[in-house]
Amino acid sequence: MSDTEQTPAVPAQAGAPAVETVSRREPLLEVDHVTLRFGGVVALNDVDFTLYKGEILGLIGPNGAGKTTCFNAMTGIYQPTEGQIRFRGQKISGKKRHQITKMGMARTFQNIRLFPEMTALENVQVGADAHHKTSVIAALFRLPRYWREEREGREKAERLLEFVGIRHRMHEFARNLSYGEQRRLEIARALATDPVLLCLDEPAAGFNPAEKEELLQLIRQIRDTGITVLLIEHDMRLVMGVTDRIVVLEFGKKIAEGLPAEVRDNPRVIAAYLGVPDDAA
Amino acid sequence: MTTVLEKVRSGREAVGERWHHAPRWVRWVLLAAMIVFFYALPNREFYQYLGPIPTPGANFTQVLFTVSIYVLLAVGLNIVVGFAGLLDLGYFGFFAVGAYTVAVLTSPSSNIKTLWPWLLVVPLAIALTMVSGVMLGTPTLRLRGDYLALVTLGFAEMIRISATSSAFLKGQRGFNQIPHPPGKYADGKPFFGVLDARPYYWLVLTLIILVVIGVRNLTHSRVGRAWISIREDEDAAQLMGVPTFKFKLWAFASGAAIAGLAGALFAGKQNFVNSQNFELLNSIIILAAVIFGGSGNIVGAIVGGGLVAYMIERFRGIELFGVELYEYRFLFFGLVLVVMMIFRPQGLIPNRRRAAEFKDRRKEVIVGE
Repeated sequence: MSDTEQTPAVPAQAGAPAVETVSRREPLLEVDHVTLRFGGVVALNDVDFTLYKGEILGLIGPNGAGKTTCFNAMTGIYQPTEGQIRFRGQKISGKKRHQITKMGMARTFQNIRLFPEMTALENVQVGADAHHKTSVIAALFRLPRYWREEREGREKAERLLEFVGIRHRMHEFARNLSYGEQRRLEIARALATDPVLLCLDEPAAGFNPAEKEELLQLIRQIRDTGITVLLIEHDMRLVMGVTDRIVVLEFGKKIAEGLPAEVRDNPRVIAAYLGVPDDAA
Repeated sequence: MTTVLEKVRSGREAVGERWHHAPRWVRWVLLAAMIVFFYALPNREFYQYLGPIPTPGANFTQVLFTVSIYVLLAVGLNIVVGFAGLLDLGYFGFFAVGAYTVAVLTSPSSNIKTLWPWLLVVPLAIALTMVSGVMLGTPTLRLRGDYLALVTLGFAEMIRISATSSAFLKGQRGFNQIPHPPGKYADGKPFFGVLDARPYYWLVLTLIILVVIGVRNLTHSRVGRAWISIREDEDAAQLMGVPTFKFKLWAFASGAAIAGLAGALFAGKQNFVNSQNFELLNSIIILAAVIFGGSGNIVGAIVGGGLVAYMIERFRGIELFGVELYEYRFLFFGLVLVVMMIFRPQGLIPNRRRAAEFKDRRKEVIVGE
């Protein structure tokens, strides 16, 4: 249960601001005893945890543990068979995907899913459009709303590209960006939807150590702007280095939850996950 | 062989590059010159100097009218197929809805005998086609790819078969005496007459310009970005907050509206509408035109629609070894398409993005070798 974790987490690693401790206990996303079955396969079995405002929560587990499934349930792609997921106090199920995004949840994808034939700038503008209202009439006649939102979206997109460090590539098509740039672009696009919660699905996959270090910095910067981060990651060093708390899944069940140091020393976790070398993942 | 092709290719790309890098005023002057050219084109005093361009076997101004209707349709279908990536095989069905709306409400041979003037019915025809687009889209736009293609194909056939067999829509007998657009010369003769196709062509050309401006405005906005994002990755688009269903419906409705306008123009010119005007082949030709010109690019759609419609008519009246080539026009058309898909699959004037993609693929192939 998430409530077993009462002490305000003081991350063992550097880089966590103490400012957030006050708001920490405000639940943002509640995964409430969620079970998800596909036919006879139980992908998630009574998974239960809470994500608090302002923290970086790591969701880890060996391959096939149900991390991405859990992620997809949270973003409304799958409907839980039992239990429910509440985001900012509201039930997720039954909501359309774009409505969930509008409520303040944004995500990136494990296998990059940009809009390859749009420029980097346009990709981010699509994200920024999530809160815009320009539709056919306003665009057709170029009404004031069109100009206002277009300018606003463009400025925001450039700002975010600057933030993730690829502004100089903004007129390049997404498909022509390097792998690392594409990962960054995905983060910028997700941030453009003005999320309260940013879910990153293995953002460091395929990165070398230097790139991973840069990504750590970026994630911390994102958190410092007040955005809560949910991080799915295989790389234990990265997870340990940046998260405030960790939830561990194995075979669709939560087997541990706590501070990074606690999780690292938890015998069940070691047996299930840390027993294997982390680069075997 | 390949070097020649490479040269042709890079030459054409160079034209595109030069266009994009030319100063603004140069582009405006060239654009204005092109527009003047196309307004002047149907005058015999002008086109007789154009060598092989005028069609020998058909009235050139009539051909130009047909071509302009196809261009309008290609621009409309390009929204649906090129931008939103929805494969619509029944686009001509919307053209039929537009033409029949005009026919039913204006023709004296119609059962309801409203006999409304043409101009009043045009907005109605557009509105009704949009409604039919929404009606077709609402249940079907949840389908993707091939399934959507099949359903739209069925839609066009439904329209055609109802037109053929329903007594209300007159089948082969059709509707006659559909009124022409209004307007008179100073001497009292109607501007839009029976013999001279030029005014109709000019009317369609003017409307094409307006429609293109409108479509451009849409594609350079949130709407266009939403359409392209849906084409690129529908799931990702949804998760980035794009209300995909709404915008797919808008793509369908806007495309349908343009087809409805084209249908209304066609009915107003033709004076007569019957079920033979709406064969399935037309849907295919327009789709081929969009892909031929360069899907996802407005200029590409214009060029594609124009060239395809023109090529088909150009075969009229040419005899080779005693064979009337017009009879074989679709054979040549098919041949051109096959050659085209081998050597320039991205279309004549591709979307700059598409061009980049195909260039990359070529590189990949070369690297792979």
